[in-house]
Amino acid sequence: MPEPAFIDEVDRALIDHLQGGFPICEEPYAEVAGWLGIGEAELLERIERLLATRVLTRFGPMFQVEQMGGAFVLAAMAVPDADWRRVRALVDSLPEVAHNYRRESERHTPFNMWFVLATESEEGIAAALRRIEEGSGLPVYAFPKRREYFVEMKLGVRR
Amino acid sequence: MSRRLDDTDRRLVLATQDGLPLVPRPYHQLAAQLGIAPSEVMERLLRMLARGIIRRIGAVPNHYAIGYTANGMSVWDVPDELIDELGARVGELDFVTHCYHRPRRLPEWPYNLFAMVHGASRDEVLHQVDEIARLLGAASRAHDVLFSTEILKKTGLRIGG
Repeated sequence: MPEPAFIDEVDRALIDHLQGGFPICEEPYAEVAGWLGIGEAELLERIERLLATRVLTRFGPMFQVEQMGGAFVLAAMAVPDADWRRVRALVDSLPEVAHNYRRESERHTPFNMWFVLATESEEGIAAALRRIEEGSGLPVYAFPKRREYFVEMKLGVRR
Repeated sequence: MSRRLDDTDRRLVLATQDGLPLVPRPYHQLAAQLGIAPSEVMERLLRMLARGIIRRIGAVPNHYAIGYTANGMSVWDVPDELIDELGARVGELDFVTHCYHRPRRLPEWPYNLFAMVHGASRDEVLHQVDEIARLLGAASRAHDVLFSTEILKKTGLRIGG
């Protein structure tokens, strides 16, 4: 895993602030800059730098694909080491794959590749799962959510 | 794409899914791009927020870069009749960022409750998982923690043009 990036106190405050609701008004950056006690131009430069250095992976609206009539499904595979590169390339190449993580179990779970499919329709999920199964020759296990108890990706910056 | 988005909403999604413009008046820039009034851009974004189509507008930090170098997906086998009550309690813990009921995949996968835990180290995450184990008590028949060891891809939602 990469080392945590160098970020200063203002960056920390900015990241903490920007995880919440960004204003919808004529000059939203000026408003946020005011909260942080910096200028608008400095705020824009900092956001650009944090995106360029991948401290932030994204800045903008977070869409809930299910609310648009689409689907979002977690899926997993048990990929043998010998097949890893080939299967990874296949899975990563699909635009429907929003993220993909390698995971190691503390116990004996064989599933080591975990990805999320986001598509504009329910049917899109089944089609993507089929393409991965046919392309890899391995079974894909889908874990559609039955119920969501809590989702709030809001983590304070660690010091 | 969907019954719930009209064509202009859809164009607004396409125009912002890579991010909000980094200019002093971002909603005005989007308005110019889409050929609609800035007030309409703002109204549509507010409406999509109210309907949950947009969860929030903001930044997504790379967990690793902000000090959360360990993330564990803790998974639990709990009785189906208790899962809603237990899921709600686990979801309230401040170190749990996502918590879901998902189907088991027997025989390979007996777990039906998924709770994502983030921490500064693997030990911290394991300690937090112990806390969940204490909360669940005998209701948890088995559990596991899957640590992410590599981000292979992270692009977020992409819809077609």
